[in-house]
Amino acid sequence: MANKLIVSLSPHVHGGDSVKKNMYRVLIALIPALLVSLLAFGVGAAIVTITSVAACLFFEWSISKFILKRNECTICDGSAVITGVLLAFNLPSNLPIWIIIIGALVAIGIGKMTFGGLGNNPFNPALVGRVFLLISFPVQMTSWPKVGQLTSYIDAQTGATPLAIMKEAIKTGDSSVLSKLPDSFSLFIGIPNDVTLGAGSLGEISAAALIIGLIYMLVSKVITWHIPVSILATVFVMSGLMHIANPIYASPITVLCTGGLMLGAIFMATDYVTSPMTHKGMIIYGVAIGFLTVVIRAFGAYPEGMSFAILIMNAFTPLINTYCKPKRFGEVIKK
Amino acid sequence: MKTFRIGGVHPAENKLSADKSIETLALPMQAVFPLSQHIGAPATAIVKKGDIVKVGTKIAEAGGFVSAPIFSSVSGKVNKVDTAVDASGYRKPAIYIDVEGDEWEESIDRTDTLVKECDLAPEMIIEKIKDAGVVGMGGACFPTHVKLTPPPGCKAECVIINGVECEPYLTADYRLMMEKADQVMVGVTILMKAAKVDKGYIGIENNKPEAIKILTQKASEYQGIEVVPLKTKYPQGGEKQLIDAILSRQVPAPPAIPINVGAVVQNVGTAYAVYEAIQKNKPLFERIVTVTGKSLSNPSNFLTRMGVPMSQLIDAAGGQPEDTGKVIGGGPMMGKSLMNTEIPITKGSSGILLMNNKEAKRLQPQPCIRCAKCVSACCMGLEPYLLATLSANEDWERVEKEGVSSCIECGSCQFTCPSHRYLLDYIRLGKTTVGGIIRARSTKK
Repeated sequence: MANKLIVSLSPHVHGGDSVKKNMYRVLIALIPALLVSLLAFGVGAAIVTITSVAACLFFEWSISKFILKRNECTICDGSAVITGVLLAFNLPSNLPIWIIIIGALVAIGIGKMTFGGLGNNPFNPALVGRVFLLISFPVQMTSWPKVGQLTSYIDAQTGATPLAIMKEAIKTGDSSVLSKLPDSFSLFIGIPNDVTLGAGSLGEISAAALIIGLIYMLVSKVITWHIPVSILATVFVMSGLMHIANPIYASPITVLCTGGLMLGAIFMATDYVTSPMTHKGMIIYGVAIGFLTVVIRAFGAYPEGMSFAILIMNAFTPLINTYCKPKRFGEVIKK
Repeated sequence: MKTFRIGGVHPAENKLSADKSIETLALPMQAVFPLSQHIGAPATAIVKKGDIVKVGTKIAEAGGFVSAPIFSSVSGKVNKVDTAVDASGYRKPAIYIDVEGDEWEESIDRTDTLVKECDLAPEMIIEKIKDAGVVGMGGACFPTHVKLTPPPGCKAECVIINGVECEPYLTADYRLMMEKADQVMVGVTILMKAAKVDKGYIGIENNKPEAIKILTQKASEYQGIEVVPLKTKYPQGGEKQLIDAILSRQVPAPPAIPINVGAVVQNVGTAYAVYEAIQKNKPLFERIVTVTGKSLSNPSNFLTRMGVPMSQLIDAAGGQPEDTGKVIGGGPMMGKSLMNTEIPITKGSSGILLMNNKEAKRLQPQPCIRCAKCVSACCMGLEPYLLATLSANEDWERVEKEGVSSCIECGSCQFTCPSHRYLLDYIRLGKTTVGGIIRARSTKK
């Protein structure tokens, strides 16, 4: 016998799926939203996104090489790029570069690498970065440029976002404030017909673009429907009931298409590492995120509650995993 | 279309030899018969060096109730009773026979005439199956007479015939259904009679439309047999999955067995072996083996005597390619990789799969990204990522609590894992350890 045979345990074939493939599919799914943000914010969007991605890659590489002293390079697996893009999508397009770099350091350093890198982090890294920045730099993080200023960056003119208007209506108890909002269709497509308004952070302006991304991820089986659908359905039902009860609360369609709701429900809450492992758990997690978001938006101090809701439920994920077990074969004996 | 309800994957089918008719393989120079070719006690040799045997002579007696006798597949002289490495990789007792001529026991009916009628009483059928050494031909090799003898308090309602062949590459069962449909049908009616039921189902996946067509046609000539087309999904050939797919009943967790939900599951190959044993007086010493692989020049299906070294089958299929990296006994999902190609064909050898160097290598595992794809793929509703981690941490108490004993080792989790983790390696470790703990506990009591 010339060649020795390899002896290993079954299975001897693999389906061909890989971490890289999943990560790059998520990136493909983010392209429509990225294009819309480039169309809306021009050079500002480009600077913020490139800075964020480059900084995330740099911190992942340097921490893993110099602090964790790992030989294998993990920046090619795509997860740091996703964190970079998602962090950028959660920032205003006029944010100074140095603040973005701090955000990336917190996202990758505290959010991910300190727990041991990909797969071990309890919280969504991009959201850890965003919330850190929101608390540390409240002024810069809440001044939102208006759309259409394609050549301006730091100097872009800012304005109130639809979310701020909705908050104002609730605070003042005056539903006529809501008439300042663009119509639902413009909110859905992401081209506000009223350019006097600030649009929000980079990635959240077009619900339509995000939904295209969702459909791609569902079709390519990167994620299942459970988390996004349960979040969106919960928000729709809850805000619908509140809208019927009192018109100072915006209509459910408006609630769904404003702020980071779509971005959060489709790309942030569905992060593999920090979401539950069973379908039942995913639904509990999604409903809770939807519930918390509506509560924070309506009654909390901040106009937006998506990031907080996701981080809170990330913290509950281990508990959900212990509580929700898949239905074992044989538990149902007869139909 | 029917299928099982929990988990499952769909590997590339690669049925390279599907259109190749069954060829009869030439006799070997020497045949080797390991004494442990079935689940249960090994058989005991009843021949010694120098004895003259014929084709069909019993050479080893069953070692207990859950055991089966072994018959010579060749005529000639016993060379030695020694040991041989079998597909498990272990060296086990075996009988070596030097082949001289091809002389059969006279009791065996060697004609091709189809014998439909069977007047034997159920107990007589079971006895004859037992005496012919028939075991499950799907690969698990559980003695057939044991399955047909329900434990006290249990009653069979139907016989389910497994024509699924869900393992990629393998086509032995498919060819058998295509070429020996009548014999299989008679075998099914005999099994139904032995199990005292009047309903038989034959489950076939819809990637074999020709077999579904032929058997459905034949089924109309036999009382109570129904062909059930199933949606192609791995591991549908798993006993529990097949029962769920056909009857929508789920066998509870171990120690429950299929008869607890009224089902007796047998492979099509077993049905054929039963036909030959009962109607032709032919004990089990031949079987159909698929020899296949992407680099192999002529993937084939062979009717071969047992005890033939696998290298002879590989040579008949075009010879072992230069780039062979792994030889697998069985299919790629659950088969065992073999130490060498001199291992003899036994009752459970459904196929020989040759993988080239590139296919043979395992991928480097990466950290678990908790994508939950293994949980969705698990056909037993377990959490493979958790079982693997707990087993790696040797937390046997929790491994047991998380249901490791239910794992059927189908490999769907590892097949799906995007991080290429060796999930099943760890789960097997956990299952074996927990099995030992459970046995120790019950003997203490």
